[in-house]
Amino acid sequence: MKRMISTPSLRGSSRAGVLPARVETRSNPFIALSLRAKRSNPLARMRDCFVVALLLLAMTLLASCAPVDLNAPLPAYDTGIDPNAWAQIPAGEFYFGQHEDIESTDAYEIMVTDVTAQQYADFLNAALADGYVKLDGENILGYYPGDPFHGKKHELEIKAGDWLFVPLNEAAQRIQFDGSRFTVQAGYENHPMTMVTWFGAWGYCQYYNWRLPTELEWQKAARGTDERPFPWGDEIQRSNANFYASRDPFENMSSFGSRTTPVGFYNGNTYDGFQTLNSASPYGLYDMAGNVWQWVGDVQPQEGFSDRWLKGGSKDTYDMDLRIWVRNSAPPMYFSPGVGFRCVR
Amino acid sequence: MQFIKSRFNYLFNSTKGLILVAIAMIAMVTAVWGMLSGPMAEMGVREIVIKTLGMDIVQSEREGRIIILYHSIAMAVVAIETYMITGLLKMKEFYKAAVRVLITVGYLMAMIFGMGFAYFGHNWAFHGLYITGLSLIFFAGVLLCVALNPWDKEYYQPDPAYARTKTGLDLERAAFFTTAVTTVISAIFGAVPGSFFGNGFEVFLAENIIRLPHKTTMEYSVIGHLHIMLALIAIMITLIIGRWLDFKGAWHKAAMPLMILGCIVLNLGVWGVVTPLEPIAHMIIYVGATPSMLAALFLLIWSWGKLIKEGTAHLAKPTFLQKLGALARDPLKFGPTWQMLFMNFTTSGIGIFMAIKLDDIFRLWPAREERIELTGHWHALSAIIATIILFYYGDMIGLKGKIRQLYGWAIIFLSDLALGAVTVFEMKRLFISEAEQQPLVNMLMYMIDIGLGFLLVLLAIVMVWRLIDLFKPKGRWTEEATHELAQEAAK
Repeated sequence: MKRMISTPSLRGSSRAGVLPARVETRSNPFIALSLRAKRSNPLARMRDCFVVALLLLAMTLLASCAPVDLNAPLPAYDTGIDPNAWAQIPAGEFYFGQHEDIESTDAYEIMVTDVTAQQYADFLNAALADGYVKLDGENILGYYPGDPFHGKKHELEIKAGDWLFVPLNEAAQRIQFDGSRFTVQAGYENHPMTMVTWFGAWGYCQYYNWRLPTELEWQKAARGTDERPFPWGDEIQRSNANFYASRDPFENMSSFGSRTTPVGFYNGNTYDGFQTLNSASPYGLYDMAGNVWQWVGDVQPQEGFSDRWLKGGSKDTYDMDLRIWVRNSAPPMYFSPGVGFRCVR
Repeated sequence: MQFIKSRFNYLFNSTKGLILVAIAMIAMVTAVWGMLSGPMAEMGVREIVIKTLGMDIVQSEREGRIIILYHSIAMAVVAIETYMITGLLKMKEFYKAAVRVLITVGYLMAMIFGMGFAYFGHNWAFHGLYITGLSLIFFAGVLLCVALNPWDKEYYQPDPAYARTKTGLDLERAAFFTTAVTTVISAIFGAVPGSFFGNGFEVFLAENIIRLPHKTTMEYSVIGHLHIMLALIAIMITLIIGRWLDFKGAWHKAAMPLMILGCIVLNLGVWGVVTPLEPIAHMIIYVGATPSMLAALFLLIWSWGKLIKEGTAHLAKPTFLQKLGALARDPLKFGPTWQMLFMNFTTSGIGIFMAIKLDDIFRLWPAREERIELTGHWHALSAIIATIILFYYGDMIGLKGKIRQLYGWAIIFLSDLALGAVTVFEMKRLFISEAEQQPLVNMLMYMIDIGLGFLLVLLAIVMVWRLIDLFKPKGRWTEEATHELAQEAAK
């Protein structure tokens, strides 16, 4: 882009009469256009300007499609939050949704953080050895017993069978397989597991006899028993969570954009001068807003709705999507660098 | 006192003055509230605006605030279209005055008190006044329908160059009437659910529930309402542009019946969404949209032909480039139909592509991606309608020479740059992965911000110029106070 903008220097030399116009015309099509335009009427000049502008635009667009270094170095921080910890959620009523309907749940335990990439790699190693998952080319597959199917408009038929848990050949995948063991790309061990389908999230929880939280459970764990819109309270600041352009140390909006932060990052600690606010939910859960969307376990919450809910917003969304009641959804085979999960038991 | 009285008379008693006030109101709202989202929020401007203006932003009320904001701007646009219609078409003076008074008081109340209620604490008196404003606009619409009655023999079309029936019924007036009547009816589809807010029916944004297979009748009603109202605003501006350009001849005769038919079928389809016809409503909507878009295409063909013919009248055998030059000679006359054509890229094309590939592509993406496409394409359509109004306004205030060229081409280039970028942004997942998109997103955002930003600067310059003009004893406003659009369109 900068190279293209440098053409004014050529125009400058033309104005100064350094080179004969004939020579310039031969050597530079942009100048040729502008010189021709000067000789014609104002409309033709405008037309030529428009054409040049379009060319510039097209070239800038092409330049902007330059590859992104997805393996750019990232800082490593120990947040001090244990990803193996569970929080107790008592039975009882709470305010559900934007309009604060009163709902209730039984008691349950939920992970304090999202499942990390290291935890998932450990699971894959164990599950591959057990035959719980299998390798199919560059994909990890696992069995899922299928969804009820009603044949509704836009409904996907999810039959019993092997479904994609994790793709290994994706550039943004942080889990690697060397033919015998799964490992995590250095620096991402304590980051949330991403690039995992709903089947892969469901399979992880099932393997340990846990399950994905329902939307009700997820929301209660995030909100507690009051009407707050965010897990930590009423308002959001950049030091509360990892969201789009939140300026955390892992983000570079001019190249790779937003990246995940280690689980429990927003706990009030300071990391190389970056001060976070303690943004735990009332029950002590971290990252219930931002960082990664979280799969929840509801299957066909409405008859014919084959998508799965995604909750909490992510590093790639504006703060409005971090509000507790906001729903995103995707088909269960979807995976993304901005989607993870946690389990309940 | 006379100073104020004469200016007040111009601003609230003349077509051009009324349009100027409405454009200024929209410009102010757009300038201030545009700073609350997107890149302005990223840069921290949002927080400064909120603090400076003392806004009261409650997280759970965002959807309600946005709905009032949309209505505030939309009502001013509807008012502008109404001023244009009442200035272009023959009608009794009583109706003209009554419609204008009602809609002016209505949109100003809706805008001022609506925004006051939504963004500056919940003064429920403001809410009541906001609803009163909307009601006044509704009554203005009813009166406009009466005023436009095409069966009144006084308004029969004597000139055979225009579309008319054998008995002389003016089909263009009938098209205006049809659009006005269906707009009033379609408003009810928003008003009824609106009256249930907080009484078993809660506020929502349509794009957030798009994938849910089960929607309540009220939700369908709101979804139908918002779609059809924007479509009707677009149809009405097409008719207005046709009248401004003095659309006539064979293309006019073909276009007007199609416009009437399309408008009726389109509305029946959208209203059908809240009936058991819902499963086939989309098909009816497609059937209705086709003749409406064909009619717009006929306007484009006719107007481009006219521009080329007029611009090459002095040449015996014009070349293709000369014809192209003639077409682009006057950006204000070329702009509206060009934007209608461009709309097929930013709105209709996207919509049709999405409909065809919905289950194969779009429903395999997260709902948030689909939301970007939905909100993007109707924001683009709204912006295109706004630019078309600005073309007509530029001509209305008598821009000439280089200023006219600059104003017209700036609107075309800046808006198309921004809206083209919006379209690529909406569709980016087709050709770039989420992980690798940031440089492209940045570039598109620059294009969008440059396009829309400079467009707003241009609008601000025009508004400041008009404000300065108001202080001149013999300013441009003195001439505009007496001119009527119909006289100019007939020239």
